[in-house]
Amino acid sequence: MSGKPQKAQKPQKPQKSQKPPKGSTQDRHDEQQTGRTGQDRPDRPREERTTAVRLNVFRTYKLFIGGAFPRSESGRVYQVTDTAGDWLANAPRASRKDARDAVVAARKAFPRWSGATAYNRGQILYRVAEMLQGRREQFAAEVAAAEGLPPGTAAARVDAAVDRWVWYAGWSDKVAQIAGAANPVAGPYFNLSTPEPTGVVAVLAPPESSLLGLVSVLAPVIATGNTAVVVAAEPAPLPALSLGEVLATSDVPGGVVNVLSGRTAELAGPLAAHQDVNAIDLTGAGPDPALARELEKAAAENLKRVFRPRAEDWTAGQSTDRLLAFLETKTVWHPMGV
Amino acid sequence: MTEQPTATTTPTTTATPITPAGPRSAPGPLPGFAYAPAPESRDLAEIAPSYGLYIGGEFREAHNGKSFTTLDPSSEEPLSEVAYGGAEDVDAAVRAARDAFPAWAGLPGAERAKYLFRIARIIQERSRELAVLETRDNGKPIRESRDTDLPLVAAHFFYYAGWADKLAHAGFGTDPKPLGVAGQVIPWNFPLLMLAWKVAPALACGNTVVLKPAETTPLSALFFADICRQAGLPAGVVNIVTGDGTTGAHLVAHPGVDKIAFTGSTAVGKEIARTVAGTGKRLTLELGGKGANIVFDDAPLDQAVEGIVGGIFFNQGQVCCAGSRLLVQESVQEELLAALKRRLTTLRVGDPLDKNTDIGAINSAEQLARIASLTEAGEAEGAERWSVPCELPSDGYWFAPTLFTGVSQAHRIAQEEIFGPVLSVLTFRTPEEAVAKANNTPYGLSAGIWTEKGSRILWMADRLRAGVVWANTFNRFDPASPFGGYQESGFGREGGRHGLEAYLDVR
Repeated sequence: MSGKPQKAQKPQKPQKSQKPPKGSTQDRHDEQQTGRTGQDRPDRPREERTTAVRLNVFRTYKLFIGGAFPRSESGRVYQVTDTAGDWLANAPRASRKDARDAVVAARKAFPRWSGATAYNRGQILYRVAEMLQGRREQFAAEVAAAEGLPPGTAAARVDAAVDRWVWYAGWSDKVAQIAGAANPVAGPYFNLSTPEPTGVVAVLAPPESSLLGLVSVLAPVIATGNTAVVVAAEPAPLPALSLGEVLATSDVPGGVVNVLSGRTAELAGPLAAHQDVNAIDLTGAGPDPALARELEKAAAENLKRVFRPRAEDWTAGQSTDRLLAFLETKTVWHPMGV
Repeated sequence: MTEQPTATTTPTTTATPITPAGPRSAPGPLPGFAYAPAPESRDLAEIAPSYGLYIGGEFREAHNGKSFTTLDPSSEEPLSEVAYGGAEDVDAAVRAARDAFPAWAGLPGAERAKYLFRIARIIQERSRELAVLETRDNGKPIRESRDTDLPLVAAHFFYYAGWADKLAHAGFGTDPKPLGVAGQVIPWNFPLLMLAWKVAPALACGNTVVLKPAETTPLSALFFADICRQAGLPAGVVNIVTGDGTTGAHLVAHPGVDKIAFTGSTAVGKEIARTVAGTGKRLTLELGGKGANIVFDDAPLDQAVEGIVGGIFFNQGQVCCAGSRLLVQESVQEELLAALKRRLTTLRVGDPLDKNTDIGAINSAEQLARIASLTEAGEAEGAERWSVPCELPSDGYWFAPTLFTGVSQAHRIAQEEIFGPVLSVLTFRTPEEAVAKANNTPYGLSAGIWTEKGSRILWMADRLRAGVVWANTFNRFDPASPFGGYQESGFGREGGRHGLEAYLDVR
């Protein structure tokens, strides 16, 4: 399995050599074997971690499906570590059944979300930015742990993610004006082309950028009225799972965004082959060209729109590519006359 | 709408008799009325006994020396022997296109534009010849090839010619680049029009082209090669490799091709998507459909009848965006069907070259067999069949205009693309039900709405999952108007500014 960035393949610290390989069915039982017990979890302020005046309340990281926070139906979890290999949390290891449930939730949410006014969607995406801003410190700590970034850089990534939501929030009611057209046909007809969301989009989030990369691939999908099933960065899913909590408190209707954590290779196949998924963003399969090819092939079965992996700099400004990639153009004709 | 009730068969030049059809329920004025034959002259299109492949600006034989025969489907008369392109020929054509690419892409847009304007003009000049040729190779009525196909072909080149020096203003960046060599595979239902839809935007954007026309209709593409010669188009910019599905598969799989554009069946489209997976080749697909034509009780019924007829019987129903499902509101079902049947009996089925012919020949024996098999399935599944009582010519491939009533959504004739003159009639009560039924297919290419209520048109148009929605009209096409489907009808758009995206390196 690839799909993991280099940093996740860093040699393990010697004291954890007895740990079973990732993906083992014993994943969920081996938290006791790791060196740390959560003293340094990013959801605690640092001074509290060092002084330890009271025992911290851990947060259980869960999936986000249909607006609810279920554990994986499989009962599986996998250990998430920081880039130094120290334990951070047990993340749910979603199954293909969870993926199917997420598609059902996304399909159910599609009529209402695509039918909402673009203005309303813009307001809600802006609300996401507000909520994310409010939890800036938490996300900065999670991103720092997930990506091994210095605190200032991690905070800058969170700020950029907030700004990205704001950028796409503004696009929701403008994209039709750049992607649509009034067509001057040679006859007495009114003829108008408008973009419409393609439907349910499966998104494989980039493994190397746990929050900013995720927001950069997710926000353009839902800004135009699609609903999404996101597979979080496999080695660093915690910011994505926390983002589910932000979305849940941002007036984003349940099912519009569904977040799965687990093995990308295990979840991507069923999503690529799913007959009720309209499009797939293969960005997260970028490090593994063989996987990307298999997924594109599977996607051909119902002619999904495929966004192929490409080199990205998530900190750079965005173009409209990802907004436009998951749109259909509908052209309506009507005769003119009296 | 005329009340002329007699279905007649226009004579083919092989002297099929004019045959007034037998008794029918519609009122019967003007007994004994018949149209005189009005055939267009075959001599307008001089067809050579054989044609080679057009590669690098010249015609050549196939590498393996093979050829195949193309027929007039209205008489089964052989028209010409056409070279059968194999892997070596595809390779040679791709090389020629690759060699021609730097110079063509490097031309100032205004100069590329002038070549395309020349082509558009020569097509206009030679349009009657090409219409006759198209009708003979395809079987479509001359009225359609002359009044629909050819004007649209010329217009398409004229439209995209104008884009060639304005690409920086098309919304794809300030200096959009072409992709390289485009491999294009087109169907037999609108041979020259589909060529225009593919070739015009590709060339305007600075790509070079290898085009594979359909096996049963190769001739107009070869005449187009001659038009390229007359226009002085640099050698290798357009290459035509005739052959069958295997030839097309060679082209799709060729590593020297940067972009694949395909129009045809959904099954083949999926196969192409699998082949292209992982190669990085760009792909656009324009595939099948099962368009719903939705008639509300407040619709102007006479206009709706004309729209329904044009929707499913245009080009013998061999149209990917055909309105092959009629969804009629229950309260007007009887009235509409009576008017529709009355109108259908006035359709003139017969010699495609006759200027009065409405319905020509089915394109091939294979397609005829497919239509026959699906209509048999319709009867076997319990739908009620009604065919226009007309006598069909004895030679060639013919199918009488047919409609099925009592069709359920589960019937094959409500789900599968028949691609023939066969209409499946379903009913609905509420607009919500109409939307649900219209959207209940894996396709999503076209839909029609007939109602006098504007707000309902917009409400319906919003909810129909189809790339083209015709309201109070059907089967309208224009080079400025984007065309293409949702879901399994394919992806990408042809026509308009949107059509440029398929041939520019936009991401």
